[in-house]
Amino acid sequence: MSPDPAHAQDTARRLAPARVLDLDPLLDDPGTRIVVCCGSGGVGKTTTAAALGLRAAERGRKVVVLTIDPARRLAQSMGIDSLDNTPRRVKGVEGSGELHAMMLDMKRTFDEIVEAHADRERAATILANPFYQSLSAGFAGTQEYMAMEKLGQLRARDEWDLIVVDTPPSRSALDFLDAPKRLGSFLDGRLIRLLTAPAKLGGRAGMKFLNVGMSMMTGTLGKLLGGQLLKDVQTFVAAMDTTFGGFRTRADATYKLLQAPGTAFLVVAAPERDALREAAYFVERLAAEKMPLAGLVLNRVHGSGAARLSAERALAAAENLDLAADTAEEGSDPAVEPAAENLEDSRIVDQDGGKVGLRNSPDTYGSSESPASRPGPPAPERPSEADQPTGAHQSVEQLTAGLLRLHAERMQLLSREQRTRDRFTALHPEVAVAEVGALPGDVHDLTGLRDIGNRLAANRPELPEAAGD
Amino acid sequence: MSRLQVVSGKGGTGKTTVAAALALALATEGKRTLLVEVEGRQGIAQRFETEALPYEERKIAVAPGGGEVFALAIDPELALLDYLQMFYKLGSAGRALKKLGAIDFATTIAPGLRDVLLTGKACEAVRRKDKSGRFRYDYVVMDAPPTGRITRFLNVNDEVAGLAKIGPIHNQAQAVMRVLKSPETAVHLVTLLEEMPVQETADGIAELRAARLPVGRVIVNMVRPEVLDAADLELVRTVPRAAVARSLSAAGLGGARRGGHAERLVDPLLAQAEEYAERHTLEHEQRAVLGELGLPLHELPLLAEGMDLAGLYELATELRKQGMS
Ligand SMILES: Nc1ncnc2c1ncn2[C@@H]1O[C@H](COP(=O)(O)OP(=O)(O)OP(=O)(O)O)[C@@H](O)[C@H]1O
Ligand SMILES: [Mg+2]
Repeated sequence: MSPDPAHAQDTARRLAPARVLDLDPLLDDPGTRIVVCCGSGGVGKTTTAAALGLRAAERGRKVVVLTIDPARRLAQSMGIDSLDNTPRRVKGVEGSGELHAMMLDMKRTFDEIVEAHADRERAATILANPFYQSLSAGFAGTQEYMAMEKLGQLRARDEWDLIVVDTPPSRSALDFLDAPKRLGSFLDGRLIRLLTAPAKLGGRAGMKFLNVGMSMMTGTLGKLLGGQLLKDVQTFVAAMDTTFGGFRTRADATYKLLQAPGTAFLVVAAPERDALREAAYFVERLAAEKMPLAGLVLNRVHGSGAARLSAERALAAAENLDLAADTAEEGSDPAVEPAAENLEDSRIVDQDGGKVGLRNSPDTYGSSESPASRPGPPAPERPSEADQPTGAHQSVEQLTAGLLRLHAERMQLLSREQRTRDRFTALHPEVAVAEVGALPGDVHDLTGLRDIGNRLAANRPELPEAAGD
Repeated sequence: MSRLQVVSGKGGTGKTTVAAALALALATEGKRTLLVEVEGRQGIAQRFETEALPYEERKIAVAPGGGEVFALAIDPELALLDYLQMFYKLGSAGRALKKLGAIDFATTIAPGLRDVLLTGKACEAVRRKDKSGRFRYDYVVMDAPPTGRITRFLNVNDEVAGLAKIGPIHNQAQAVMRVLKSPETAVHLVTLLEEMPVQETADGIAELRAARLPVGRVIVNMVRPEVLDAADLELVRTVPRAAVARSLSAAGLGGARRGGHAERLVDPLLAQAEEYAERHTLEHEQRAVLGELGLPLHELPLLAEGMDLAGLYELATELRKQGMS
């Protein structure tokens, strides 16, 4: 590809201050063992995780992808829609690597922990405990805890050279880091222990205040929650205690895994204010925790193959056509007098100015797309002029006006996205960024994932757009 | 029109935004609405561009036409303390409980308790009257949890079934249920014209109906304007490139001959139109799915410049126009 030079300059300005995230070296590096895709909800974490997993596999690695809440059709196409909570080999992967995938079942994962740590009888008691049931079915933080737990298990099996993890669809990206510890601390907490065994521990603590507090507390809570619930909590904690090393200890162990060399974080965000704000928090937090950030994946970025035609000019041109249509109704047909291609022409279209001669070639135009736009399919065969019924003129004018308005909308979107992105880059110039273009439809098969993978990896530093920095 | 309007929907579809716009829309002349938030995220304050809301009802906006909008961010811990105070006269012991983490503990091990406190507070506001016997608020609008949790959240009776069988919480749950299952309540769902949110809306409605909770309306948010109509889209597939090039040229965008500026715009512009057509088809399919739900549909436009206070008023005006208030 030999990109249109004038346009390359255009994109250089677009990408200027941000570093470019090159994903293939990260995926290929045998030292990369875990890639965590995080970000706030609804930004495309699952799709990104699956696409990266597929790409790494097709580049020769043995990969497992842990997905959380994948879209139904995506799960089906990967063959992981059965809920057995264990990785399945994905069919249709090309090349020498392997892709395995699974969908997290949080309740099953919790049950498995219990089964692995208690003898059968005790396990049965715990599984039947009503408090355990509500805890495992969806307590605040359970999903995050179980995602971490599953990651730890997959890592311990040591069957894969790369694990790609998706994270739960929380509103805050930080939940993934905080929720497991919070839940762990709660379950291991002093309070839960005091409450469930007040006589034993309260006495030893020997604190009058606590004793008074305790009796008041158990009294009040008993009235409020009922003796049964407190008893359920007590039996659960007692049963877990004798078999399981403690929730907090376990959460801490997986947390360490995230700080280990070989783990890389990718923050996924859409080019929208809220999502990028979350991404910025997360970037700061990772730095504070000494967790290695590989970069930001900016998902669903819009592009245009005609980025040089500004919104204002497109709208003005559309109005010209409307006006002409009005006049046409009165008899004259302005379309028969096309504007001459002259200097004025280049003034109108060319925002960079002065390079008209260089890129005035129909052959290079197609390769001069902005980074996010689709590598467009070959233009469909179109009928020749002769097939066009006479009198279709009016509707072509109308369509053209529509095309221009559509383009104006696109350009406005582009500049909004750019502004949001610039704000992020100003805050975090050190973060490398990979952009993925917005697809008009959903991604729900391997072909779609492969396409996303290509787009993710297309953010190469050696492309001319990065040459400017 | 139901006096308690609950707004749910898939995450990120615009629940908070729609709830805020609805509270404005319902505050017609002389009316008072209360907008309540239950997830402790200060989303309302953000929408109205004000500082964080305390656990206290305060006026945050005057609606077009002069009605008033109040807002309340319900804090379940403080609500629980209020209850304990009211029913058990704990005095300063209440604060001690909070200090010990008991309040947090209670609302954590019993999520049903938390929910009944939240819905309870909203229902209390619905029923509250002033001295003259007039309702304090004409409408209460709730920015509720997302579709996946809404039925459990509202079905408090089932949720507290495992708790103490006597005492204020149970009575509270019964009182809440009477309001929530009555025509005084309507649960609206916000969606986008995309497959996942629409699917979630359909599932959510089925769940709400199975629990006999009153489903209100479906609000399709962030609807993009129609730039090309069906005839245009038909033409996009067949129009000769040269004809478009000539039109662009006539519009003042340069030469139509091969390699000319206008000519070189044709392919990218048609490619954008094809993307538009693809999305148009998907949206059309999703509209059809929504149409089969048998509920009134409302549509709110995507505000191209992003949301701000002015945008919120714009959406409120739109809701009024569409008869949602
Ligand atoms: N009609 C609209 N036009 C443009 N932007 C909108 C519109 N409605 C909502 N938004 C924007 O979409 C984003 C999500 O909206 P909002 O916070 O209301 O969603 P939500 O459903 O409450 O999300 P959550 O599930 O996180 O609570 C916000 O940035 C908001 O400004
Ligand atoms: Mg919200």
